[in-house]
Amino acid sequence: MHSKTSDAREHAPLSRTARDGLKIVIVGGFGVGKTTMVRSVSEIRPLSTEETMTQAGVGIDDASLVQDKTTTTVAFDFGRISLDEQMVLYLFGAPGQERFWFLWDRLFMGTLGAVVLVDTNRLSDSWYAIDRLEHHGTPFIVARNNFGEPQHTLEEVRAALDLPPDVPIVDCDARERDSSKAVLVELVKHLYSLSTSSSAALESTA
Amino acid sequence: MIRGAVDSEDPDRLYTVTGGRSRVVDENVFDMVTLIVSESEPSPGMQSEHAKILRMCHRPLAVVEIASYLGLPVSVVKILLCDLLDMGKITARHPQVVRADTRLPEPEMLKKVLVALQNL
Ligand SMILES: Nc1nc2c(ncn2[C@@H]2O[C@H](COP(=O)(O)OP(=O)(O)OP(=O)(O)O)[C@@H](O)[C@H]2O)c(=O)[nH]1
Ligand SMILES: [Mg+2]
Repeated sequence: MHSKTSDAREHAPLSRTARDGLKIVIVGGFGVGKTTMVRSVSEIRPLSTEETMTQAGVGIDDASLVQDKTTTTVAFDFGRISLDEQMVLYLFGAPGQERFWFLWDRLFMGTLGAVVLVDTNRLSDSWYAIDRLEHHGTPFIVARNNFGEPQHTLEEVRAALDLPPDVPIVDCDARERDSSKAVLVELVKHLYSLSTSSSAALESTA
Repeated sequence: MIRGAVDSEDPDRLYTVTGGRSRVVDENVFDMVTLIVSESEPSPGMQSEHAKILRMCHRPLAVVEIASYLGLPVSVVKILLCDLLDMGKITARHPQVVRADTRLPEPEMLKKVLVALQNL
């Protein structure tokens, strides 16, 4: 964690009218370009922070039994996009490693959805993240970050990841603002269509 | 985030000690992106972290930004914010557009987000 300066100008305040924080997370394996993507679309220099979380021993539900708890610190970086006078979107670049499994619920609570960033040379790095997102019912799309000429078609990647047909998969260059922005647009489009079909389903059962 | 609801399946509870005090924080009070606004100036003798937060939040700032600028974990910042909220020194603007369990936000809200992103 860095706190380079306490200069108020560095705190890049929001508009006075900002009142609604939204969250999208970018997950994926080590070095896949999560921070790069946050940086390319954020209106502020990406910041980092950490959350310390405790995991109770099995069956223990008493906060006073500190010694029976494991503490894990998870570091993440984030950026921000002011969408309009009220809404501010925060983008989190989060670790997708297995040792953070018990943090997922809380870290990702209330997020609109997730982008799973993949490097086709290391597809297996993203299995865990996809598995957890599916388990928690968090809507997501997959974005292939191209570190060179792609060796496979997106449909081959879809098959290798065993992605359901309704999960969008797109190409991107995380270093490019427009490309990263297009990934976010794709995710929100997906959320929108899920949302309209689920409200339609509710109406038809009503 | 569903305010007021507690994840009953989760045996964990955040337990943190700050300044010799201990406090089990109701995690649902603040989301990482709850926006904090100061409602008064720091008072003399106030704990320095409290004073820093008040100076930082003349305009809204998310919990996670405050944590990053203070160089403190989010959970510790939430405790400091609980103190300030109890003292009436800050107000908190909680997220409105959230996905709770498997329910997505209203299509109209998502449409607004989509259009705003496309117009960036
Ligand atoms: N050629 C190329 N390099 C990239 C691209 N995206 C990221 N990189 C480089 O890949 C390296 C890792 O990128 P990061 O953004 O730090 O990856 P990360 O997922 O945040 O990594 P961790 O947080 O360590 O897991 C950096 O050196 C980037 O400059 C890309 O699209 N193309
Ligand atoms: Mg990173």
